[in-house]
Amino acid sequence: MANALIGKDFTPPDVRGKVTGRAKYAEDFRAEGMLFCRLLTSPMPHGRVRNIDASAALAMEGVIAILTADEVPEIPAPGNPILTNEPLYVGEPILAVAAVDETLAEEAIAKIKVDLEPLPFTVDPLESLRPGGPNARGSANTVVSGEGLKEIKWTTEDFDAVADGELPMGEPTATWSYGDIEEGFSGAAVVLDETFVTAGTSHHSMEPRTAMAYWQNEKCHIYGSTQSQSFVVPGLARYLGLEPDNVVYVGENCGGGFGSKGAAYPTMVIPALMAKKTGRPVMMRISRAEEYAIGSARPGFQGRVKLGFREDGRLLACDLYVVQENGPNGGFGDMSAAASAISIVYTPVAMRFRGASVLTNTPPRGAQRGPGQNQIANAIEPLFDKAARKLSVDRFAIRRVNAPDHDSRYGANRGAITSAYLGEALDKGAEKFDWQKKQAQSGQRRGSKVIGVGIGQAFHSAGSNGFDGLVRLTPEGKLHIHTGVGNLGTYSYAGTSRVAAEVLKCDWKNCVIERGDSSIGLPWNLGQFGSNTSFTMSRTNYAAAMDAVGKLKEIAARDLGGAPDNYEIGNEAVFRRSNPSRRMTYAAAAKRAIQLGGKFCGHEMADDLNPMTKAAVRGLAGTGLVGVAKDNLPRTGMVPALAAGFIQIELDLETGKFEILDYLGVADCGTVIHPQGLAAQIRSGAVMGFGMASLERQVYDPHYGLPRSVGLYQAKPPSYLDVAVGMGAEAVDQPDPQNPMGTKGIGEPLMGCASAALLCAISDALGGHYFNRSPVLPDMIINAASQRPQSHTPLQVNTD
Amino acid sequence: MAVIRDMMPVFELFQPASVEDATALLREHGEQAWVMAGGLDSFDWFKDRVKRPAVVVDLGGIEALKGIESTADGLEIRAMTPLTDVVRHPEVREHYGLLSKAAELVASPQIRNQGTLGGNNSQDTRCWYYRDGWTCYRAGGNICYADTPTSMNREHAIFGADRCVAVNPSDTAPALIALDAKMVVQTADGERVVNAEDYFIGPGIDIMRMTVLQPGDLLTSIRIPSTWAGAKFYFEKVRDRQVWDFPLVNVASAIRVSGGTIEDARVAVNGVAPYPMRLTAVEDAIRGASQDEATAERAGEMAVRGARPLRQNAYKIPLMRNLVKRSIRVEA
Ligand SMILES: Cc1cc2nc3c(=O)[nH]c(=O)nc-3n(C[C@H](O)[C@H](O)[C@H](O)COP(=O)(O)OP(=O)(O)OC[C@H]3O[C@@H](n4cnc5c(N)ncnc54)[C@H](O)[C@@H]3O)c2cc1C
Ligand code: SF4
Repeated sequence: MANALIGKDFTPPDVRGKVTGRAKYAEDFRAEGMLFCRLLTSPMPHGRVRNIDASAALAMEGVIAILTADEVPEIPAPGNPILTNEPLYVGEPILAVAAVDETLAEEAIAKIKVDLEPLPFTVDPLESLRPGGPNARGSANTVVSGEGLKEIKWTTEDFDAVADGELPMGEPTATWSYGDIEEGFSGAAVVLDETFVTAGTSHHSMEPRTAMAYWQNEKCHIYGSTQSQSFVVPGLARYLGLEPDNVVYVGENCGGGFGSKGAAYPTMVIPALMAKKTGRPVMMRISRAEEYAIGSARPGFQGRVKLGFREDGRLLACDLYVVQENGPNGGFGDMSAAASAISIVYTPVAMRFRGASVLTNTPPRGAQRGPGQNQIANAIEPLFDKAARKLSVDRFAIRRVNAPDHDSRYGANRGAITSAYLGEALDKGAEKFDWQKKQAQSGQRRGSKVIGVGIGQAFHSAGSNGFDGLVRLTPEGKLHIHTGVGNLGTYSYAGTSRVAAEVLKCDWKNCVIERGDSSIGLPWNLGQFGSNTSFTMSRTNYAAAMDAVGKLKEIAARDLGGAPDNYEIGNEAVFRRSNPSRRMTYAAAAKRAIQLGGKFCGHEMADDLNPMTKAAVRGLAGTGLVGVAKDNLPRTGMVPALAAGFIQIELDLETGKFEILDYLGVADCGTVIHPQGLAAQIRSGAVMGFGMASLERQVYDPHYGLPRSVGLYQAKPPSYLDVAVGMGAEAVDQPDPQNPMGTKGIGEPLMGCASAALLCAISDALGGHYFNRSPVLPDMIINAASQRPQSHTPLQVNTD
Repeated sequence: MAVIRDMMPVFELFQPASVEDATALLREHGEQAWVMAGGLDSFDWFKDRVKRPAVVVDLGGIEALKGIESTADGLEIRAMTPLTDVVRHPEVREHYGLLSKAAELVASPQIRNQGTLGGNNSQDTRCWYYRDGWTCYRAGGNICYADTPTSMNREHAIFGADRCVAVNPSDTAPALIALDAKMVVQTADGERVVNAEDYFIGPGIDIMRMTVLQPGDLLTSIRIPSTWAGAKFYFEKVRDRQVWDFPLVNVASAIRVSGGTIEDARVAVNGVAPYPMRLTAVEDAIRGASQDEATAERAGEMAVRGARPLRQNAYKIPLMRNLVKRSIRVEA
């Protein structure tokens, strides 16, 4: 039967608040007697606090307290600390000051004397790997999965073994492989061996990570800025040493996170700890400059990849080495995610991955949209073009021949996948974009301008399972869908909530989404990150709705005779299949559920539910018919989100600038549940990708370890005028068999496919000049176009 | 180095309603006082707590400093006229389109609404080391952080270095120079009229200032003579982003052509030196030449002669060469 809601556009309930300005973000909340606190942050990339003299600050009228690292829970290394006495990057919080207003807090900070002993630092991973090179953390310069912090130095021979500009490859901190790469290379028609660099990028969230907190009856109430809702609570509780029950978390809206606000983060609890110390509510607003420091960043790569292609372009072997710029702490698994992405996007017959995650005195690294997958798309896709040129194979064909199918295997463990339609995405894109025609225009000149075209592809795993769904039919005849996923701004919380309405055949007008405040009864859900929401949450909402359907039928059978199986639902009523006049409305059934008690209204529930869900159900018990269930549906493979981007640009050889003439993104996201939401993701992902490929700046002065970009105008996320006007959005729209609605997530690869496509197009416009790095900035393009040497060396990070 | 930024320290604010009151206040507070126009440069300094004046004299309430007027010999644009007004003014558009084009490419719509023509030409450099509060030469110290073998100096100067290698970031400045504008300055000793190209000074003259303005001085208006009204104009700005971004290099030219021959020309570029550069040698070389590709090529080559790139900004040589070339071969 055709869906009534799934696959249809609708207005998500939070849109109105966003366009009218009524939507509340963390800094919009107020509490009686609230103090403001501000951070004193490190002016140097690595140092040790010898002494703090806050006497002058504390003597100021209206300055209430300071909070130092000695007073806050210690986070075991290499976790990101709350406050620190050994700052490991410029901008790391050392202490906080609370005062009756912000200006005063800031004046107080200016009066605090912190005696900092400067310590050795590094902003270049390779420098740190050199014998005798500086360590970001004194005794350690790498973080090894399963082992933690460790010192690894490569040998002089490792460095001497390679030609200038090639990545040396010493002892890795991680490695895996499958198949026989040597056999692949020996049978290859073309072998590329390329060194590349992808720069780290900041998140540029419009809303900095402000938080407000107060304590009431042993409970800590926190208002924060996070992508996720329920997922944040246990993390906050851990930071505060509380039971999750004692944390109330409000996260109604999130002004962008891009991965940096997926889970609880340490600075969020500073106002909570300050509130505890002062006995008053505390608001801590975070400035833009602070956001660039503590807001985490995508790790940069210095990499090398050897690719062996068969004559038709089939990838026989891939040998990847990545040196990851990890920041000073635990970082994120970008490099292995990058390798796994290669395994599924290009399905190499044999592959080896080696990587070294090296500590740097730069902001802590964390997930950013397509962590690893998108950097590697930027590195690999242009090399596919290079190989295609060498093989005289069409650039579309070389991608098509390597595209995965449903039997393809993923990553180190060669695990199964649920579905892959990248080939179909390429086909659809080529047709809708008119690739053949546009490709034929490649190289066309108009004065100093030249046309370039490109295709990019990217991947992210996109779905999880095992979380809880919770819905409630009330005597007023409303369906309340309780969602704990969070609201990172993509509207997928709402799109997936509609699954419950679809299953229960409810009019969307009679549905209420309950969200944004843990005290109103929200189930345990995964966070809103990793492109997982569409897959994961459609399953939980499906499970809860199915539970409600079962209960409706049971109640009807009880009251109207027969067995539950004799009943059906429709028009917000449950009725007897053989005699539809024997019916009971949802409102009436909800009333009956309350009378019947037990499982029907939430007084009893399944044992396998998460304690958070159980607590939520207990709080809601007796208010209606409660549908609650853990998603126990089977999942037997990784869920791939795949995307292809097609682009045409016109590049001015005299200025190094280009205009994007046309862009089309094609998603393999299973069944489309919200077309408008998807189109917005395809386009906005592309915008972010264009920034990554050609504009964004996150660099450090290598001598002083100073960040160069501490404002939006310096960091340069793309503007409206830097992107194409009517960007196209398409989807394969083929169902994934392991989701009841057929849907998969998609957010992340939509960025990588666009950025990679753009890099390919720039190289194409330059007649096949490959930069082997991202971003490619106008200065690099001018240098290339005027046959001048680049100002940077091939392996240089921080290229300004 | 800053342990905190992004919030202004307190200062005493004066909001005079007349030029006389403003100059009196400036005289009274001397070096302690800061003149504020649109605030887009000023507030950055204050919020980063790098420049901390005790007194701020806000010119925003002085009506006499706003507006554009026709004069017997051209136009008079008062210093506090917002850039947006300069862009939209019919007479500017019709006769001095070079200036409206340049002003239109400044920063972003919001910044143009707030930023003034006077402020745009009096703004400080954007050298990030200096803006970050490092005590370099320009800040009164004795080192240039931007000119070392490891410096991040992609946006710095290829000409005019003298200890300091920062650039002037204004988009309207080269347009004013090409139009031969005059800057009217109110000093303690009375009014002084300075040619636009002399308004901007290099570090050799005073490393701590970008313009001739001394503490206590006010720029009151900018006069555009009719000399170049209706000439062939060319303005181009190359920036990383197409909005909300300073120039990497920009170029402004005003050319009079007769029968295919260049009768006279004025050409200026910015973003390449600590001051907007008038290219007099180029002007001399093309005067009397036919306006063709060869002349344009020659102009471009001449323009970059003597350029001295730093570690990361050699690209400015071909970029400046190409822009100057394009500004000469301008189509009617
Ligand atoms: C993010 C950003 C991007 C920008 N991009 C560009 C760009 O692309 N191109 C460009 O040209 N500009 C750019 N600007 C500069 C901006 O356009 C303003 O013109 C400039 O900052 C100063 O103008 P203002 O009126 O705001 O002056 P203010 O900031 O108030 O003043 C600037 C300086 O001039 C002095 N001053 C101002 N008016 C007078 C006067 N009448 N007499 C004496 N002294 C005076 C002040 O004391 C101060 O030192 C940018 C600014 C920002 C913040
Ligand atoms: S270029 Fe000038 S402003 Fe920049 S650090 Fe050097 S002296 Fe200072």
